[in-house]
Amino acid sequence: MSNVYVADQPETAREGRPSGRLLEVEDLRVEFRTRDGVAKVINGVTYHVDAGETLAVLGESGSGKSVTAQTIMGILDTPPGFVTGGQIRFHDKDMLQMSSEERRRIRGEGIAMVFQDALSALNPVFTVGFQIAEQFRVRRGMSRRDSKIRAAEMLDQVQIPNAKQRINEYPHQFSGGMRQRVMIAMSLALDPEVLIADEPTTALDVTVQAQIMDLLADLQRERQMGLILITHDLGVVADVADRIAVMYAGRIVEEANVHELYANPAHPYTIGLLESIPRIDEKGQQLRTIRGLPPSLLKIPSGCPFHPRCPMAQPICPEKVPPLLQLGPTRASACHFAEELVKRD
Amino acid sequence: MGRYVLRRLLQLIPVFFGATLLIYALVWAVPGDPFAGKCGERACPDSYVQFMTEKYHLDDPWPVQYVYYMGHLLTGDFGQTFGGREISEIIAQAYPNTLKLALMGLLIEGVIGLTAGILTGLRRNGFLDNLVLVSTLFLLAIPTFVSGFLLQFVLGTQFRIIDPTVAEGAPFWDYLVPGFVLASISMAYVARLTRTSIAENSRSDYVRTAVAKGLPQRRVVGVHLLRNSLIPVITFLGTDLGSLMGGAIVTEGIFSINGIGREVYRAIVTKESATVVGIVVVLVMVYLLMNLLVDLLYAALDPRIRYE
Repeated sequence: MSNVYVADQPETAREGRPSGRLLEVEDLRVEFRTRDGVAKVINGVTYHVDAGETLAVLGESGSGKSVTAQTIMGILDTPPGFVTGGQIRFHDKDMLQMSSEERRRIRGEGIAMVFQDALSALNPVFTVGFQIAEQFRVRRGMSRRDSKIRAAEMLDQVQIPNAKQRINEYPHQFSGGMRQRVMIAMSLALDPEVLIADEPTTALDVTVQAQIMDLLADLQRERQMGLILITHDLGVVADVADRIAVMYAGRIVEEANVHELYANPAHPYTIGLLESIPRIDEKGQQLRTIRGLPPSLLKIPSGCPFHPRCPMAQPICPEKVPPLLQLGPTRASACHFAEELVKRD
Repeated sequence: MGRYVLRRLLQLIPVFFGATLLIYALVWAVPGDPFAGKCGERACPDSYVQFMTEKYHLDDPWPVQYVYYMGHLLTGDFGQTFGGREISEIIAQAYPNTLKLALMGLLIEGVIGLTAGILTGLRRNGFLDNLVLVSTLFLLAIPTFVSGFLLQFVLGTQFRIIDPTVAEGAPFWDYLVPGFVLASISMAYVARLTRTSIAENSRSDYVRTAVAKGLPQRRVVGVHLLRNSLIPVITFLGTDLGSLMGGAIVTEGIFSINGIGREVYRAIVTKESATVVGIVVVLVMVYLLMNLLVDLLYAALDPRIRYE
C-alpha cells in the first residue's frame, strides 16, 4: 500500500512533478444545461501533456473527450455548456481565469486544434490559401504576398503536392486525406506548443488514416509539440502515443503509458476495450463487446459509473465513487480493485 | 460557364414566344369594345371604326393578329395605341420612374432588412430580437394599400413632411416613402431570412475553426460568418429586384407615380391590347434576365456551385 496515494489532492500531487508543465487540466467539470435537465459531461478530468509528448485520450462517444478539448480551446458552446469547476493551466497560468483577449492570443499560437471533419471545419467559400494565410496576416501582421508564400510553405510541409497552385483552390476541391492535411497545415501555421487532434482520422479511409497519423507523429517529433490525440480507435493509439488516458462518463478511469496499458490494463473498462479489438486469429468467431450501453449523462449511475456494465462489479461499486488511484509513477486507475487487476497475470 | 449562359439565353426564346402568346390570348379574351367611349359622348362613327378595324386587323382571328403583332415586334416596332401614340415611347417614359422606385425599394430592404437581420442573428432572444420579430410580423401582415395610404395620409397630408404624390421627374429621394411601402414586406422577409441564416451558420464548424485559429471576434463574424450567411439573402434580393422592376400597380397608384404598373393598368382598362402585350413582354424579359443574373451571382458567391 505504500506507493498508493489518492491523486486528487493537488497540493501533495504537485510537489513531485517537475515545475513548468506545458498544459495541465485539473479536476475540470463541465455541464450541459439542456431542456431535459443538466447533463454532467465532464466530472473531474485531470490530465497533462508536456512538450514533445503524445497523450492519447481514449473513450467512446459521449465520454467527454471532445468536450474536454473544446473547453481547453475555449470553443465550448455556451449555452448549453458551462464550466463549473477545475483549472486549465497553460504554462502554469489558469486559462479559465484569463480575459477573453488573453485566451484568444493562446489559440493558434499556444494551443491549436485539428478537427475531425475537415470538410465542415474549413470555410467552404474561401480558398485554403486564404484560410491559412489570414493567420499570418492577422496574427503576425504579414503582407498579403508574404503570407501567401508562407501558406504555400505550410502546405508543402504537410506534403501536399503542387502546393503553390493548390493554395488557390477551395476545400471541396481536395480529397478527404488532402483536406485533413490542409487542416493540419492550418493548425500548425502559428507554430503552436500544444496540438489537440480531435479524431483526426475518423472521417478517412483506412489507408489514408495511416498516412495522416504518420504525418502527425512526424510533425509532432520535429516540432517537439505536446500532442493530445483524441480517438476511440485503439489501433491508432498504439503506434504514436506515449501515454493513454481512458475516459468514461466524463471521468478519467485509467491512465498509463502505452506499454503498461496494453500489457496490463488496470480497469475493467480498459480490459473490455482491449478485448473488443477484432483479432485475426479469432476469425469467424463472434466479436467481443462490452455489454450494455454508455450511460446517459443526464442520469449517470451512482458510485462507479461503469458498474452496470462491469463484469467484476461488487456491492461497493454502486455505493462509492472510486478515486483515481496512483498505482505507480506513470499509472493510475479509478477502480476499487485496481491493485488486484494489476497484480494478476 | 459561357456555355451555361448561352443555354440560358437560348431558353429565353421559347419563353418569350410562350409569354407573349399567352398574354395576347388573355387580352383578346377580355370582353368589351375598344372603341367604347373613345369618341366622347357619342358612339364612334362607323367610318372610324371601320378604318381602325382594318388598320389593326381586328376582324381577323386572334392567332392571325398575334402573327402580325410579332412580325412588327421582331423588327423592334412595339406598335401604336389606338390613339396613335408609340407604345415604345410610353414604355420609355414610364420605365425610369419604375426603376427609381424599384431601386429605392431594394436599397431600403437591403439596408434595413440586412442590418436588422444581422444584429438579431448575432444576439438572439434579446430586446432587439423581439422588437424586430414583432415589427416584421406587423409589416408582413399589413397589405401594401393599407400601409401606402396610411403613410401618405400621416406623413403627406397631416404632417406635410413629404409630398403626398411623386411628380414626374422628381429626385430619387422623393421615392423614399413609396419605396418603403413597396419594399416593406420583402424587407421583413430579408430581416428574417438573414437572422435565420446567421443563427444557423454561427453554430457551424468553420466558424468554430475560425475562433480556434485565434482570430478576433470581428473578423470571425465579419469575414467567415457573414460571407456564408449572406449568400441566400443576396440571391433573394436579386430575385426580388426582378419583381420590383415589374412595376407596382398599387404603390404607383397611391403615390401617382407614372410608372410601368400604372400604364399596364390603364391599358388593361381601356382595352389597349397592344400596349398591354408590349409592356408585359418587356417585364418578362427583364425578369428572366434578372433571374439569370442571380444564378450567375450565386456561382460567384459560392465556389461550390459550378454551371456546366
